[in-house]
Amino acid sequence: MDYKRVEITPEAEKLLQELKQQHGEVIFHQSGGCCDGSSPMLLPKEDFYIDDNDFLLGEVGGVNFYMSHDQFEYWKHTHLTVDIVKGRGGSFSLDIPTGYRFLIKSRMLNDEENKNLNP
Amino acid sequence: MSYSAPKFKEKYGNFINGKFQDPIDGKYFENHSPVDNKLLAKYPRSNDKDVKSAIEAANNAKDEWVKTSASERAAILHKIADVIQENLETFAQMETADNGKSIRETMNADVPLAVDHFRYFASAIRAEEGSATELNENTLSLIINEPLGVVAQIIPWNFPLLMLAWKVAPALASGNCVVLKPAEQTPASATFLAEKIADLLPPGVFNVIHGFGPEAGKPLASSPNVDKVAFTGETTTGQLIMQYASKNLHPVTMELGGKSPNVFFNSIMDHDDAFLDKCIEGAVLFAFNQGEVCTAPSRILIQEDIYDEFIKRVIERTKAIKMGNPFEESTMMGAQASSDQHQKILEYIKIGKDEGAEVLAGGDAAKLEGNLANGFYIQPTILKGHNKMRVFQEEIFGPVVAVCTFKDEAEAIEIANDTMYGLGAGVWTRDAHQLYQIPRAIKAGRVWVNCYHDYPAHAPFGGYKKSGFGRENHLMMLNHYRQSKNMLISYDKNKLGFF
Repeated sequence: MDYKRVEITPEAEKLLQELKQQHGEVIFHQSGGCCDGSSPMLLPKEDFYIDDNDFLLGEVGGVNFYMSHDQFEYWKHTHLTVDIVKGRGGSFSLDIPTGYRFLIKSRMLNDEENKNLNP
Repeated sequence: MSYSAPKFKEKYGNFINGKFQDPIDGKYFENHSPVDNKLLAKYPRSNDKDVKSAIEAANNAKDEWVKTSASERAAILHKIADVIQENLETFAQMETADNGKSIRETMNADVPLAVDHFRYFASAIRAEEGSATELNENTLSLIINEPLGVVAQIIPWNFPLLMLAWKVAPALASGNCVVLKPAEQTPASATFLAEKIADLLPPGVFNVIHGFGPEAGKPLASSPNVDKVAFTGETTTGQLIMQYASKNLHPVTMELGGKSPNVFFNSIMDHDDAFLDKCIEGAVLFAFNQGEVCTAPSRILIQEDIYDEFIKRVIERTKAIKMGNPFEESTMMGAQASSDQHQKILEYIKIGKDEGAEVLAGGDAAKLEGNLANGFYIQPTILKGHNKMRVFQEEIFGPVVAVCTFKDEAEAIEIANDTMYGLGAGVWTRDAHQLYQIPRAIKAGRVWVNCYHDYPAHAPFGGYKKSGFGRENHLMMLNHYRQSKNMLISYDKNKLGFF
C-alpha cells in the first residue's frame, strides 16, 4: 500500500473547499521564514510560479501541496497534516480573511511508511 | 511600575491624502490584544478600491514632494522623530497592547530606536552628495540621485513601529511618497503615527492602508502605479511579491527571516568574569521579544569541551526569565502575537520532541492566571539535538532555541552555514583570530561579534541566501529607493566627424 506524505483534517478540508469555490483553482505552498512563515500558503494557482525548484508532496482535497526542494530536504522524514486554527495570520494566503489559519501538524514517518511513500 | 493599554477609539480609517477615510465598502476587522485576547479597536478591511485611492493620492503628491530640498525633508523627519519622542510612553503602551511584547522592550528598544531612525536618515541626506567625474578634458559625468516616485511598503507585526521606521524613514528621506500596509495583527501604531504627523507632511506623501494580504496587500504589490515594493515577511509571499513586481519590472527589496546560529567557542569559559556573564545572556537572547525576531539567535552552537558547564548556566538563566503581564516593568517576556502563532510554536515543540530532541528547559505553553489566562504565552524552551532536525532548520518565531555542539572551527562553520537562510549570526570568543575569521566564513548579512540583538541605525542590515536582499538601517538603503540619473556633458565644440 502507498502512503501519503501529506493529509488534511476534515475541518481544514471544509474550509479548503469553501475557498476553492470562492477563488477557483488553488495550490498550497509551504512557506519558510519570518513572521507568518513556516505555514502553508493557499494561493490562486495562476498566481504562483511553480517549477523544478518545487517538490510536489501530494494532493489534499484536490489541491496540490508543494514546497521548495531545499526546504523539503529538511522535512522529508516527517508526515504532514494540514489543519486549521482560529486566529489572524498575516501573508497573502487566501485563508487570512476567514479568521482561520491553515496550520501544519507534523509527526515522524515510520519505517513502513518510509518504504512505501508515494511520491 | 505598571502601565496599561492606551485608550482606543471604536474604529479607525485608512490614512489617505492627509486624512482618515472610511473604507469604501464599509468593512472593518477586529483587532484583539494578545495580552488578554480583548478587542482593542476595529480597522478597515480595505480592498483594491481603497488601495487604488491611496496610490492615486501618492502619485498626485509626488511631483511637488520631489521638489522639496534635502534640508526641508530632513527638518520634517526630525519633527516626526520629535513627535514619537514626545509620545514615547503612549507608543510603547500601544505596541505592548497590540503585539503582546513586554513594556520594558517597547519603552527601551522599539520606540527609542524608531526615533533614532528618523533622525539618522534626516542627517544622512544632509551629508551625502551626488558625484561629478571628468572622464576626459571635455567630458563630464554627473550622477544625480532621483527618487523612484511612489513606494509600496508591507511590514510585519513583530516590531510594528520600528519596522515602519526602517522602511518609511529612508523612503521619505530620499524624496518618495509612501503607501504603507501594516500587518493585520498590529495596525495600531501606524495609525496613531499618521494621526500625529498628519500636519507635518503634504497630503498624499504618507498613506496607510489596513487590511488583509490577499485583499489589500496583493493589489498594492501588483499595482503598475507604484515604482517599488519593499517587503518584510516570509519566503512564499516574498516570491509572490517578486512575481507581481516582475510583471511591472519594478524593483523590490526583501527581508525574509532566518535561522541564525549563535556560536560559542571554548575560550569564553577561560575566566568567570563579566564577559562570560555577557555570553550567557547572549545565548538567552533567543527569548528576546518572545523569539519573534527575524534574526532571533534560534540555534545555539557550543564547543563540546565547554558544553556541560556552559549550558548549565544558560538553563539557569533561562529558567529565571520572568513571564507575566507585559505591562509590568519587571516582566521579561510577554505574550506571542496571535493564537495561530501560539499554536504553531507548540506544534514545533512537539515535532522537536518527536525527532528526539531533549527538552532542557520549558517545552510547553505557559499558563498565566487571572485576566491573562486567555493570552498566548509560551515557556522559554531549550531543545538539544542535531542540525538536521526540523527545529534547527525552520523559523519557529517563538521562544524556542535549538542547541547542538561542535568539535572545532571547521565543524562550527559547517553547521552554522547548513541552513537555507543567512540573515544574522553571533560569534562569541576571546580568541583574536576567531573574532575575524569565523564571522567572515559565516554566510549571513549581519554577524554580531561578542554581542547580539543590537540594531543601531548606521549599521547595514539585510540577508544572504533565502533571507532576502537589500540593506536597511543604513544610508545604502537610500539608493534602494532611488534612481541614479547620469548626465553626460560634452564641452567639446567639435563634432564627432562620423556624419
